[in-house]
Amino acid sequence: MTRTLVNVPKTARRGDVVEIRAMIAHPMETGYRNGPDGAAIPRRIIHRFTCTYGGEEVFAADFHPAVGANPYVAFSTVAIESSTLTFTWIEDGGAVHAATAEIAVD
Amino acid sequence: MRPRPRLRWTEVVRARAVVLALALAAPAAAEPVPITPAERRSGITFAGPQTQGLQADDTANPGMLFVLDGAQLWQAPAGSAQRACADCHGAAEHSMRGVAARYPAFDAASGAALDLSGRINACRTRHQDAPQLASEEPGLLALAAFVGFQSRGLPLAPPQDPPMAAVRKEGRRLYETRMGQLRLSCAECHDALWANRLGSSPITQGQAGAYPIYRLEWQGLGSLQRRMRACMSGVRAEPFAPGAPEFIALEAYLAERGAGLPVETPGVRP
Amino acid sequence: MPHRPISERRPMPSGVPSSLPRRGVLALGAASLLVLSRPRAALARPSLEAALAAFTGGAPVHDGRVRLDIPPLVENGNAVGVTVSVDSPMAASDHVTRIALFNEKNPQAEVAVFHLGPRAGQARVATRIRLATSQTVLAVAQMSDGTFWASRASVIVTLAACIEDLT
Repeated sequence: MTRTLVNVPKTARRGDVVEIRAMIAHPMETGYRNGPDGAAIPRRIIHRFTCTYGGEEVFAADFHPAVGANPYVAFSTVAIESSTLTFTWIEDGGAVHAATAEIAVD
Repeated sequence: MRPRPRLRWTEVVRARAVVLALALAAPAAAEPVPITPAERRSGITFAGPQTQGLQADDTANPGMLFVLDGAQLWQAPAGSAQRACADCHGAAEHSMRGVAARYPAFDAASGAALDLSGRINACRTRHQDAPQLASEEPGLLALAAFVGFQSRGLPLAPPQDPPMAAVRKEGRRLYETRMGQLRLSCAECHDALWANRLGSSPITQGQAGAYPIYRLEWQGLGSLQRRMRACMSGVRAEPFAPGAPEFIALEAYLAERGAGLPVETPGVRP
Repeated sequence: MPHRPISERRPMPSGVPSSLPRRGVLALGAASLLVLSRPRAALARPSLEAALAAFTGGAPVHDGRVRLDIPPLVENGNAVGVTVSVDSPMAASDHVTRIALFNEKNPQAEVAVFHLGPRAGQARVATRIRLATSQTVLAVAQMSDGTFWASRASVIVTLAACIEDLT
């Protein structure tokens, strides 16, 4: 089950700088650990995160294994229009997890 | 032969340091006396400001991911009965408010005390015709976190009925029993030495109101029983089995000795 | 205030303690050298310097304009909160394009790269990172004019006294 937690202000004034927080449940397995049987646990991380606002990418991040489990990122964007923010997390192997949030701008 | 896991040298050094520190500390410790209600302090008060900040901010607390998961499971039909928790209990915000603060509680049907996870599993078998969820299984932790979250801020209020008094008495006996190769009881650290340090870590009072907790060391959510198993490993004792009556009794005593402290679920600890 | 490129100011640790005076190295006993040679895997990782050069394309990195907030002492290295803010108007003509985080002693030097632009409104990002041990963390910002600016901080990671099951 994909579990994401995004925090976007529901409303903002045009031109406001709003803070956005996004977190996803994911082990961020580094590839440097061994399991109880001694065998290496293969790397499996979220390696890319993006945020689009009204269809345009406003923020992105490349993650390496040193980003903590259940990766969290906080950033900001200028409220320019009432629209949808779409968050995507791309996992090693290509699986994509997504979440959306609406913002009303006046 | 099962392959021996390789220990990082830091682990070996730490393990030796624990043995040494405890061996030095134990004989000097005063006879443990239970903590008075006025002295009771949540583990979060011993944590650093960063950890405290993580717990306090729901948009940053990773435990909230599990609470959200639990909220979905609460609504999801389960078992051959295809019945959801919500079908009987309705909105958890109302029906579950205060429930976690009263667990462990006596279950007349089985004639035994149950902790919150045990109650969830009892519901699954009795009302949902669903298999029990194993200890530390994500779904069970998520439901326990979601139900616990409904009591956040309420004081721990363990039930005072006679059967639970007997369970708590057994729990206190276990709490004060020396265990493992280090011959240490829970009380010798958490009643007598709290506010001291073991290595660089503060010794807390071992209060239990924040469970399930997101522990940075685990990089995930875990139960009070998992935490107690870690302590038992620490004193080189054979941990009780998950769900064992000994653990339930200890949980019941912990609830009593923490009565009045607020439920913090989902707590965050180092 | 003139800024000298960091790469000229002091050498980045590259695993091998090249900054030790030669006489000091010679004075080390055989036992110490044995210890130094043990964590081979850790020494084999690409250096912070190499990772930084891959990010900057070899351009000079200046001190300043970047603020790196990270606790100096953390209880657990699995989730260390980091906030990076950059002194920038974040205008179309003058803004931060990328912010990168690097570390000195994890198995890999790279931590994360954040891509931003004028629509961010302010140059400020936060995340939680893993630090395998006490070490230096470096934040580098790339500006729209192509210059690179950096700040570093050292973090002490304390270790838990009791660790769970050794299996």
